[in-house]
Amino acid sequence: MDFSTLELSRFQFATTSIFHFFFVPFTVGFAVFIALLQTLAFVRKSDDLERLTRFFGHLFFINFVVGVVTGIVQEFQFGMNWQVFSNFVGNIFGVPLALEVLMAFFLESTFLGLWWFGKDRLPSWLNLSFIWLVAIGTAISAFWIIIANAWMQHPVGYEILNGQAVLTSFWAVMTNPKGWQWFSHIFAGGLTVAAFFVMAVSGYHLRRKHEIPLFKTGLHLALVLATLGSLGVVASGHIQGQSAVRDQPMKYAAFSALWDTPEGGSMPESLIALPSNAQNRNLFSLEVPYLGSFLAFDNLYQKAQGMNELQAEMVKMYGPGNYIPPVWPVYWAFRIMVGLGGIMLLTALWGLWLWRKGKLETAKGYLIFLLIMPLVPHLANFSGFVTTEIGRQPWVVQGLLLTKDAVSPLPVAYVIASLVAFWIIYLLLIGLDVFLLTRTARAGMHPPDTELASVPAPDYTLGSDPVKLKGS
Amino acid sequence: MDYAALWFWIVTACFAIYFFLEGFDFGVDLLRPFLARNERERKALINTIGPFWDGNEVWVILAAGAIFATFPLWYGALLTGLYPLFTLILLALIGRGVAFEFRAQVDHRHWRVFWDVTSFIGSFIPAFAWGLIMAALVQGLPIGQAGVYQGTLTSYITPFTLFGGLTTTLLFMLHGATFLLLRLDTQSGLHARARSAALFWGAFATVAVLGFVYLGYVREELFRSFGLSNWVLPALAALTLAGIWLSLRLKRDGLSFAMSSLTIVFSVVTVFLGLFPKVLPSTLGAAYDLTIRNAASQPYTLYLMTIVGGIFLPLIIGYQAWNYYVFRHRIAVDEPKINQEIISHGTD
Repeated sequence: MDFSTLELSRFQFATTSIFHFFFVPFTVGFAVFIALLQTLAFVRKSDDLERLTRFFGHLFFINFVVGVVTGIVQEFQFGMNWQVFSNFVGNIFGVPLALEVLMAFFLESTFLGLWWFGKDRLPSWLNLSFIWLVAIGTAISAFWIIIANAWMQHPVGYEILNGQAVLTSFWAVMTNPKGWQWFSHIFAGGLTVAAFFVMAVSGYHLRRKHEIPLFKTGLHLALVLATLGSLGVVASGHIQGQSAVRDQPMKYAAFSALWDTPEGGSMPESLIALPSNAQNRNLFSLEVPYLGSFLAFDNLYQKAQGMNELQAEMVKMYGPGNYIPPVWPVYWAFRIMVGLGGIMLLTALWGLWLWRKGKLETAKGYLIFLLIMPLVPHLANFSGFVTTEIGRQPWVVQGLLLTKDAVSPLPVAYVIASLVAFWIIYLLLIGLDVFLLTRTARAGMHPPDTELASVPAPDYTLGSDPVKLKGS
Repeated sequence: MDYAALWFWIVTACFAIYFFLEGFDFGVDLLRPFLARNERERKALINTIGPFWDGNEVWVILAAGAIFATFPLWYGALLTGLYPLFTLILLALIGRGVAFEFRAQVDHRHWRVFWDVTSFIGSFIPAFAWGLIMAALVQGLPIGQAGVYQGTLTSYITPFTLFGGLTTTLLFMLHGATFLLLRLDTQSGLHARARSAALFWGAFATVAVLGFVYLGYVREELFRSFGLSNWVLPALAALTLAGIWLSLRLKRDGLSFAMSSLTIVFSVVTVFLGLFPKVLPSTLGAAYDLTIRNAASQPYTLYLMTIVGGIFLPLIIGYQAWNYYVFRHRIAVDEPKINQEIISHGTD
């Protein structure tokens, strides 16, 4: 094995996952939004709301397909670049992955097609149930992959047998508290991605006085989701941080830039720091006393262990090596994530306040501000990804398998070639996705007869076997 | 019950279903440049697979996921060993997947041509590569200790595996053509051309299959290890292949499609039957062979997978079948009722 195969494989896995992670939370949250919107249309028997559902459905479709194709890469990459990892964890990790396919992928792909293409062929209550199945499918999919990842960061229900991790309790794997915390965090994060996207699109059209009552409904519904989503993100994020102190103390210390276990009566919280892995200390740190203890333990005096002490403990447990992750990106990504989370919550509250005063649809400044908001939850998700995935290095499976030992014995040239190819294709995909989403979103809603130009439903013949149309 | 053997056959079934389903949507893509004469016809061809291709593709993801969970050593050895091929397949599937959706988003000729080319290449690469991979499984790979691949590119790019790729590509084109016979308006010129295409490409496919079997027999001892009873499957594959010709001549569209489907399913089962009980034979010595014994997960994992597979597989097959039933009607080609404007723009 070769150093560069390892580094390139890591970079490839990290970047293809992050690209994928731009689309997935969006899909998860957007499916919920559209399902709610269509439910509203169904209950109110409103053709206009039905049209709005189709409009956002079209945007959903564009994004969904990019999520699907980047997801296939993830499914194969474990075996392609991480053969030793796959051999080691297949018994356990493979199960949630296979469950994801069995319970979610088939459901999403089949019922999304039925929902979109079968609109005029089946009763509307059935059509409504399809979009809910898609929404449930995307959530199930997120759940299982998070359970798989949670096992890597907090292994449970296993024993080691002949150099493989072997399942002893699937129940323990499924109820891994870490998995549930992350799922709620990422699900809430998905709601905010979708909600702020819908708010930006609705705000754009409201400012141009297009279909005012409809986009008002879109804005209101999205604002409710944005509020719930950002509250959920903050709450679940806090719970997660508190559990990281206990089950991944090294990661917690890294995102707090806590090198030495605090000596005084309490633990401060660093606000701005320049951590240095080379010197095992912060070159600079601005700290608030007591806040660290309060955030981590809900009291003012308890202390977490610093990285230097944890490093010494890990050397004793696992043998010589460097067990401190790169602190700089983890520390800053964490702070960026928290800051962006705050911006999301404030933006949602600002919107609620305007709504209450009856000025939401006409507040020009707010509507313009909303145009940059879709970026914010995406960046927050990205930062969260960096925090959690770099924060657990050098382990790929916490305490059991080091990342450097997990890689496939591949020629460097193969990995370079695939890395370059994936980057080119993925950058193109992001560009096309943004281009098509913006273009379609700006075009707004079309009269019903030209709407089909976008993703057309097949035009069937009316032969001997008559097509059963809705209402006929 | 022998869960490892059971999962070997479930994986076989996943591949058989995958090649049967995605085989025709690959085929439709590959035939499009030969069959369609204008935008309306291209659109009709895409619409024949529009609601289906995504669901079809999931079967290969399931095959990969199932191998990962039930035969982790097989999963790692195969995907790492054939790394360049799988990279190409993934890139192709990405391009193809977005091509269907993005094609219709912008009404411009160059835009559509770009996506048509993308989906053609995106179908050709996996159609060819999957055949190559199946042939490489039959041939074996230079796998050493702990399933580590010891060879180079040329270890699996051989005349035999290349012929395997050619065979699946042609077979999928034939399969795509018989699928179109079922899906297109029977009165259209496109339908008539699909029938000619089935006969034309079917001839090449038949020669390729016979050639592949011959090479497999001579070079790889493919059928020599089979007992007499196991000859039934390859014989059935040959019979159904002949059956395609007959049903095409009789203009029995449903029968033609059934026959090409069965040919594919029987061929896949034949390959895996030839492997059993190995999952990945090593060319470096029988001691390094990955088998359903040494590559399988522990019994508890296999048991768990059997339970969830037992619950969800019938459900999936059920709703996918219903999906096909909902969209069972033939696609109109010549008399568009909607999108008059779009179509007139696109006609070249």
